[in-house]
Amino acid sequence: MASEAVYSHRDPMLKKRDDFEDILEERRNSSDLRYALRCYTPVLYKGMTPCKANTLKSMVLQSNQLRYVISQVSKETGRATDDVREDASAILEEMAHSLQLSTVRFFAFTLSKVFKTLFRSICVNEEGIQRLQQAIQEHPVVLLPSHRSYMDFLLMSYILYTYDLALPVIAAGMDFMGMKFVGEMLRMSGAFFIRRSFGGDKLYWSVFSEYVKTMLKNGFAPVEFFLEGTRSRTAKSLTPKLGLLNIVMDPFFKGEVYDVSVVPVSISYERILEEALYAREMLGVPKPKESTSGLFKARKVLSEDYGSIHVYFGQPVSVRSLAQGRVNRCQFNLVPRHIPGKPSEEIQNFVNDTAYRLVRAQEENMVLKPWVLLASLLLQNHHQNQTAGQERGIALDELTAQAVWLRDVSREYGAFLNWPGVMTPSEVVSSSLSLHRGLLEQGASRRRHSRRGALEPGSRRPLLRLVQEPGAARLHPTGPAASAIHAATSNQKQEVFNSFSFLRNMFSNEFILCPGATVQDFEEACYLLVKTRALQVTQQEVLVTERGQRTLAFLTSMLDPFLQGYQVICRFLCEEVADTLTEKQFIPAVRKFIVKHLLAGRLRYTEVLSSDLQKNALAALLRLGAVRKIKGAEPGTLKVNAVMVNSLEDTLGGKLPMQKAVSARL
Amino acid sequence: MDPLPPFTNTEAAWRPNSGSSSSSDRQRIAQQRLRIIAGHLQRSEDGDSSSTVLLAAECKAQESQKTAEEKTVPRKRHEIMKWNGWGYSDSRFLFNKKGQAEFTGKRYRLSGMIIPGLKDWFEGTFGASLQHKTPATPVLTSSSVPPPTLNEAFVEELKSTGIPFSLEAEDRVFRAHGHCLHEIFALREGKFGRVPDMVVWPNCHNDVVKIVELACKHNEGTSVSSALECPPEETRSIVSLDTSQMNRILWIDEKNLTAHVEAGIVGQDLERLLNESGYCTGHEPDSMEFSSLGGWVATRASGMKKNIYGNIEDLVVHIKMVTPQGVIEKSCQGPRMSTGPDIHHFIMGSEGTLGVVTEVTMKIRPMPEYQKYGSVVFPNFEQGVACLREVAKQRCAPASIRLMDNEQFKFGHALKPQVSSIFTSFLDGLKKFYITKFKGFDPNHLCVATLLFEGDREKVLQHEKQVYDIAAKFGGLAAGEDNGQRGYMLTFVIAYLRDLGMDYYVIGESFETSVPWDRVLDICRNVKARIVAECKDKGVQFSPLSTCRVTQTYDAGACVYFYFAFNYRGLSDPVHVYEQVEHAAREEILANGGSLSHHHGVGKLRKEWMRDTVSNVGMGMLKSVKDYVDPKNIFGNRNLL
Repeated sequence: MASEAVYSHRDPMLKKRDDFEDILEERRNSSDLRYALRCYTPVLYKGMTPCKANTLKSMVLQSNQLRYVISQVSKETGRATDDVREDASAILEEMAHSLQLSTVRFFAFTLSKVFKTLFRSICVNEEGIQRLQQAIQEHPVVLLPSHRSYMDFLLMSYILYTYDLALPVIAAGMDFMGMKFVGEMLRMSGAFFIRRSFGGDKLYWSVFSEYVKTMLKNGFAPVEFFLEGTRSRTAKSLTPKLGLLNIVMDPFFKGEVYDVSVVPVSISYERILEEALYAREMLGVPKPKESTSGLFKARKVLSEDYGSIHVYFGQPVSVRSLAQGRVNRCQFNLVPRHIPGKPSEEIQNFVNDTAYRLVRAQEENMVLKPWVLLASLLLQNHHQNQTAGQERGIALDELTAQAVWLRDVSREYGAFLNWPGVMTPSEVVSSSLSLHRGLLEQGASRRRHSRRGALEPGSRRPLLRLVQEPGAARLHPTGPAASAIHAATSNQKQEVFNSFSFLRNMFSNEFILCPGATVQDFEEACYLLVKTRALQVTQQEVLVTERGQRTLAFLTSMLDPFLQGYQVICRFLCEEVADTLTEKQFIPAVRKFIVKHLLAGRLRYTEVLSSDLQKNALAALLRLGAVRKIKGAEPGTLKVNAVMVNSLEDTLGGKLPMQKAVSARL
Repeated sequence: MDPLPPFTNTEAAWRPNSGSSSSSDRQRIAQQRLRIIAGHLQRSEDGDSSSTVLLAAECKAQESQKTAEEKTVPRKRHEIMKWNGWGYSDSRFLFNKKGQAEFTGKRYRLSGMIIPGLKDWFEGTFGASLQHKTPATPVLTSSSVPPPTLNEAFVEELKSTGIPFSLEAEDRVFRAHGHCLHEIFALREGKFGRVPDMVVWPNCHNDVVKIVELACKHNEGTSVSSALECPPEETRSIVSLDTSQMNRILWIDEKNLTAHVEAGIVGQDLERLLNESGYCTGHEPDSMEFSSLGGWVATRASGMKKNIYGNIEDLVVHIKMVTPQGVIEKSCQGPRMSTGPDIHHFIMGSEGTLGVVTEVTMKIRPMPEYQKYGSVVFPNFEQGVACLREVAKQRCAPASIRLMDNEQFKFGHALKPQVSSIFTSFLDGLKKFYITKFKGFDPNHLCVATLLFEGDREKVLQHEKQVYDIAAKFGGLAAGEDNGQRGYMLTFVIAYLRDLGMDYYVIGESFETSVPWDRVLDICRNVKARIVAECKDKGVQFSPLSTCRVTQTYDAGACVYFYFAFNYRGLSDPVHVYEQVEHAAREEILANGGSLSHHHGVGKLRKEWMRDTVSNVGMGMLKSVKDYVDPKNIFGNRNLL
């Protein structure tokens, strides 16, 4: 089987990676003021001249699409077109950016100061910047950074300013607008604001999509938005949101531009500014509302060391080449292009697949610091010791040895590891540990690390989970494969595949898994495992090699918290829910149930407390039909199919062979 | 390039003109006019009409209408026309010993002139070099042409009818191809595929009837695909039916302003003969020197001046076609009929798959009193298109209005002949200075619209003002008659230029589409970009010439013409690369809402897209017509369906 070909086909965006340059280095050696005031002359698409925010607004208001929708809305509601136009204009006022160079310069100055205090370095791949510069001149560009922190979009603009590239306009959530003054500052630095939900509002949708398209088509500025829609608070990538991606691809489908370049950008933080907040959220504490005072209070973070940031500008992806043979653009021939219509199924599928691939591309270029590996090891060690009832902690030299092993394994899996080559492994380990000293406890007598909060769930341990996530992401889909091998009752390839397929299906809300690519993913996982000599795959069988035992054990345990978490949620649904419950009740009730189990020691993983995991599990069960939403009564009433949930629980627990949900065959 | 697609002349009549030394006044006017439009020829001696193999038996009885001056074209066209390139043998571009480009012959306005700018443009645009030549096989070696497959019984019966025919290699090769790039490329290399087995020259409608009857009788598989690429899998004997001898105007009806004409007449002869009586059809496709009336009907041709005279479907009043089922024609000449679907529309665009068009009644018009060329410079292509759209909206389009993009403007500029006086060159310099420096037009963005006005002198001037006023609203500047005229000349010589390119590793072609107004700019940009991207992708070492022009305006859209050429040095199979790029360009056209063809037709080249274009049911309709009219596939050129 041509696994090689399949693999490379699956990842056209995966290329040899570039080297990094630290952009803070120059800032430490020269004047920030001069930097902020320097001559800034970015190259635009086809040599366009930048456009004033007001010109842009009037272009949008006069567009055929908007005029059409305005007259439609006016007909439907019986209001005068002028009134509706006023509304549209107001929406646009609320939404539009007002990019001003002076504000950008202000940010350039202050952010230089802030970044220098917070971070050791901000590393950018300059080749990526050059590719981006090329892309900006050739086609309209869409920037898609990963979203882990508030910092992300300021950081993006900062970098583009530094390299004299066109500043992007950024789609930001309306919640920022709630922040007095700051919202306006962001607006002036290129952010435009969109409401979180506007499902039925035709006019809003029309203004919004026309605004984005006008900017894109005319190449006034690269459009930047976050595919995941919102910050990921678990450090795991979120299921991509398709609305904006659909909008930016539309001009290409309709032939209004020759192509659109989409650039995935991976921003990896050694420590996320919001880590404490996220860690709390992982234990189920809800997210506070964004506010200026909150930001002000958060200034204490300024006194800490947040290590370095790596920003990787990925290979620009041509929408045209992705759509080749998948989207028939003739479908727009028979209706005037300015009349908005629901995207066809063909396009929806295409956009959906593309979105997943782009998120995967972001994940692939996330830089892993040694600390990520250490976090995984420490966590696993903690859990293992907890089960075995052994003494807690791990010796430093043992940790170092394991880290070296994991480093080599993850390199073989193609992880983008930033492991300083000049230092000895033990130096690397101790310097990583020093940055995160607060998280670990060091035993006094023997050099042993044990976690400070081991006894009390709800301490900062979730941080480790947060840290190891990017690493875990890199191991998809080998994780499910390893678990599948572990779970399968025999070595038969078909059976392993069935298990794999079951797990993949089960966790498709949890991880970024391209829909419909089960066979490909399985092939890819086998290919990787065989390549690293962890597996031997024959026509019929899958055999774990001696060498592979350890790797597979490690991989399996990465997935274990999720397996257990989903099981416990299934158990909750079977045991605690008599007949129905509402969606609102679900989270608090399941939380109570989990805490009970944790305290009783029946559950090892505090991660299960994360409401994110709980929601994903519920979504998966809804998707599989084990839980149904019923109409009538209260909105969002859930009905549990106890038999099915029960059998899912047993399957997850390994009591039943994983064959139920299999649809595809190898 | 290809103003004349391979399948244009189903009833192929590439009839070169005969001389007319004793012209009357009318003729003089007519000739002058044609010289302006077509860069007409000054014919000297005509090729002789002697033919050794041919049986001479003409329908003399029907010649009553012919004027004395008119002479029959040699049946052996290769005596005055190239067998492996475009047009007349005596007219071609070449680089002389000094490295200057020159156009030979005496037929065209450009003939005998030095074109100083062409070499630099040619080398600069294509990265070509005069050092690297790719000469064509000079002579046709008859021995390399496969011998004819003959159906003896058919030949015997044909002989008895007295209709002239030939089995000679030259005749057969000449009628085995159109002017698609791959066909000419193969000929230049001296390669022949399936060629017709015999060539027949019917002299009138009745001859055609006899031939078709014979073909049906012997299931001769008589593909009357004449100058067409023959289906290689065809095992039956292929007869090429050359209608060039059916070239008479049978009558002119001045009361109804119609003329009844044999379908083999070529455009330039038709215009010339009508002009003698003070009339014209006004149908002037770019290929009018060589394409025939029957060919126009069979491909739904479009003429440059359709804004005044209409396209072929507007011009035709009555058609007579010989099919295997018999002759199809309407019973009267009413100007419009509501008698079910118009049967003319089964014929127009049938591309030789149903029968042979033998006679056509066409509308004619009195010759225009006054003609005037013009041109407008726009700061960019977008403004130009906006202007054309406005002109179409106000329905005030001149006889012809065309908009060339920047690349084509430069191309046209490179074709400026050497100027004789210092004054002219000074004026040119001044004009250039005014436009680029004073008006601030960017020479790399500006584009030109060429115009042709026709009618009463007064109305023309009035019309001209109206159009220039509209142009001014879109930033257009009037740029003189001369530029306009040169623009039109370009379309006649561009096909000769392709042969020059092919001498130096450059191959190219043109293709066209029609598209709604709102998509014109998008399609132009995307198709041009696609061509460049595909060339790069396919390993073409030099950036290609990828240019377009808007050549016709309609109420609801426009016709867009693309030219594409590239330097193929370093490619092992340039024709294949070319075909891939053209294929991609066509896909791009369709994806951008363009039609499969505006006037070139479908042929075999674009057949694969027919089903998507007309839907399954539409395809079934066309098929059922073919099945009824020609069940044995006598007209087996396999075009269209």
